[in-house]
Amino acid sequence: MKRTQLFTTTAVLTLGLAAAAQAQTLVYCLEGSPEGFDPAPYTAGTTFDASSHAVYDQLIEFAPGSTDTVPGLAESWEVADDGLSITFHLREGVKFQTTSYFTPTRDMNADDVIFSFMRQLDKDHPWYAYAPGISWEYADSTGMTSGVSEIVRVDDHTVRFELTRPDVTLLSAIPMDFGSIMSKEYADQLEAAGTMERLNTHPVGTGPFTFLDYQQDAVIRYETFQDYWNGAQPIDNLVMAITIDPGVRQQKLIAGECDIIPYPNPSDIASLQENSDLTVMQQEGFNVGYLAYNTLQPPFDNAAVRRALNMAINQDAIVDAVFQGTGRAAVSPLPPTSWAFNADLPAHVYDPEAARAALEAEGVTGLSMKIWAMPVQRPYNPNARRMAEMIQADFAAVGVDAEIVSMEWGEYLAQSGEIDRDGAVLLGWTGDNADPDNFLGVLLGCDGVGSNNRAQWCDEDFDNLIQEARVTADESARLEMYLQAQEIFAEEAPWFTVANSVVTMPMRANVTGYVQDPLGMHRFLGVSKD
Amino acid sequence: MLRFTLNRLLLMIPTFIGLTLIAFVFIRLLPGDPVLLLAGERGMSAERHAELLAQFGFDQPYWRQYLDYLTGLMQADFGISFSTKRPVLEEFMARFPATLELSICAIILASVLGITAGIIAAVKRGSWFDQITMGGALVGYSMPIFWWALLLIILFSAKLGWTPVSGRLGLMYFFPHKTGFMLVDSLMSGEKGAFASAVRHLILPTVVLATIPLAVIARQTRSAMLEVLGEVYMMTARSKGLSPARVVGLHALRNALIPVVTTIGLQVSVMMGGAILTETIFSWPGIGKWMIDAITRRDYQVVQGGLLLIALFVMIVNLIVDLLYGLVNPRVRYD
Repeated sequence: MKRTQLFTTTAVLTLGLAAAAQAQTLVYCLEGSPEGFDPAPYTAGTTFDASSHAVYDQLIEFAPGSTDTVPGLAESWEVADDGLSITFHLREGVKFQTTSYFTPTRDMNADDVIFSFMRQLDKDHPWYAYAPGISWEYADSTGMTSGVSEIVRVDDHTVRFELTRPDVTLLSAIPMDFGSIMSKEYADQLEAAGTMERLNTHPVGTGPFTFLDYQQDAVIRYETFQDYWNGAQPIDNLVMAITIDPGVRQQKLIAGECDIIPYPNPSDIASLQENSDLTVMQQEGFNVGYLAYNTLQPPFDNAAVRRALNMAINQDAIVDAVFQGTGRAAVSPLPPTSWAFNADLPAHVYDPEAARAALEAEGVTGLSMKIWAMPVQRPYNPNARRMAEMIQADFAAVGVDAEIVSMEWGEYLAQSGEIDRDGAVLLGWTGDNADPDNFLGVLLGCDGVGSNNRAQWCDEDFDNLIQEARVTADESARLEMYLQAQEIFAEEAPWFTVANSVVTMPMRANVTGYVQDPLGMHRFLGVSKD
Repeated sequence: MLRFTLNRLLLMIPTFIGLTLIAFVFIRLLPGDPVLLLAGERGMSAERHAELLAQFGFDQPYWRQYLDYLTGLMQADFGISFSTKRPVLEEFMARFPATLELSICAIILASVLGITAGIIAAVKRGSWFDQITMGGALVGYSMPIFWWALLLIILFSAKLGWTPVSGRLGLMYFFPHKTGFMLVDSLMSGEKGAFASAVRHLILPTVVLATIPLAVIARQTRSAMLEVLGEVYMMTARSKGLSPARVVGLHALRNALIPVVTTIGLQVSVMMGGAILTETIFSWPGIGKWMIDAITRRDYQVVQGGLLLIALFVMIVNLIVDLLYGLVNPRVRYD
């Protein structure tokens, strides 16, 4: 009897150890610390990677590696004929994660969806100001706060968003991180216990990974959520090891301490590509860097002058020198990975002689202007000063005298948006969501003059197309409008579109199934290790 | 002794108030609107801007903001982080043990090696050991920390694989951090190999952080020892027939230690500066890394509060150093 017991115990232990040895852990070396684990009050990709992409789901989600949307927690949705409401039909049987601090007693339903959004939209909601200084930046900036009047519970698995105006771009905001669905049952429990702030430190969602632990600024641990509605993940554990310095991230990857790293040093990419233990993925980033003229001021109010100046700029030389292999020449205000990108736009022509002649033909001689150079590095412009110097030299070659100005970043952002600003501004944009309106409408629409529309460009034809696209539910019709709008942009040239950055993701060669996200997010659905 | 301690404690009050003023004014002198910076390229509406200014109290006149800040400090309220929305003091306390653990290890390493090297260099003045040690100290003092750390990582972690690249503990170990001191927590956890892992993770950051203090302490010990060794009473001690070890160890070292202790105390503040770089490179989750993150995010509340808390810590260390004089050399009277 004793021998049998011993055998059984040994067998169980052996099997247990074997299972433990086979447990797959994926280590992602995150570039910074998350600000919190409730994604809605934040705007940083680092925070989203650690919260919404691992723990939560949204009603509509982005298909892996694409800006196309696919059903998430909502199986289907429809926009009312008058455009004044959107109805979502929720997936049934979706479980919330069970953690050491919460055990759900019910599946996800309409109450969770209403809670998740109304806490951001309703100033009287008990969760509207649940932590000091909290604000709902994306709910405001996407127009959801002003665009949604009410969310109605039709039944357990149906909710209706009542809108104040027809606006299909709101649908593009639904897959964003602030649209993550939280558990109302968990929130009620926290509220009753007087520990509401734990919603931001101890997350509970329906996503692929269950949060286990966060060691401040060091390590975040998750385990695979076995009851995930879309199927359990191939890895058992996900670890995010916070490693700020890109050089150190690279060394950790080489030493096998990280499986995947984001944002390597551009100068190290070539050596990473040569390392046979690693795989290096690359894709255009969802951003654009540009030089915006002030189209309200002469001679920049003349499209022919703007086109001539653009022709004077040696775009390839700038992309090579400033991006060092991590950028591609841009032709459109939309990045090439956008579903509405117009691939038929003419390529940039660099012709200083023709530029000089065109300027003379427009009566522009002895032009003096300013070029504003950002004081900070951005993914869409890693060295604005260098870029400005190169444009300055190109302009000098066609007889235009350019002075480079720069100032503190906050001032730069504020003053560059002013209507009477003097000179052309270097700036850029990273898409918040896949909707083309997030670039074309926000940056070039008439509404943005005096703020985000740094070219102060208000073209009636362009703006009509953008406005119409906002209320058109039919995607192919919208596509047509955006293609036309980009043609008008190319003809009118309110900007010189400089470049889109290239996002590089180095990883160990045994990592399989990783798909790069065009929006620059990092998700680990379907990733495993051989 | 008690009177001296009380006097020093009272002196800390005006120093601290002066520091609050400096921190407050410096942060306000930085150009740019912190609320607009939060929004970045996206910008924000005028109403939202006004709302946030009011929420953070930036719409008040400066004197009012300062008074509110001082009132808060009296209640141990160092403000709320813009980015994480959590109290600055709470964030500081969560990270401080990591910095303290690293700093203690570094100061012990720097003191033991620095004092030993300084003594030998002084006793064997002009020898090859003296030349090499002092030359090495000069190099160590001039070394850019960032470059030195990366060099060590490339050699010991990437090439030789002897030490981990960064972090505080191997990722396979997972236990609650009760004290925040990884050496203690790993021992308490009972997990096999956890303590060894914590020690291995400490080696390179400790060496890097100790480099500059080590150089300074070695040079200071050497010059203090040389001064003392030339005194008449040293000749007396030798002529009495005392062993060289007793002459150097008891008579010379004890007298030479006073300036060395002062130097070690001063090195604590240098170390706080060094910790910012060291922690960033080694992903060490302490206050240095936290401050760098805050500066990058323009989280002024954290920068301001963190600055004050670090200054407070340095002031306390200096007080302890002053009190230590008495233990090192009883001739120093406090009254």
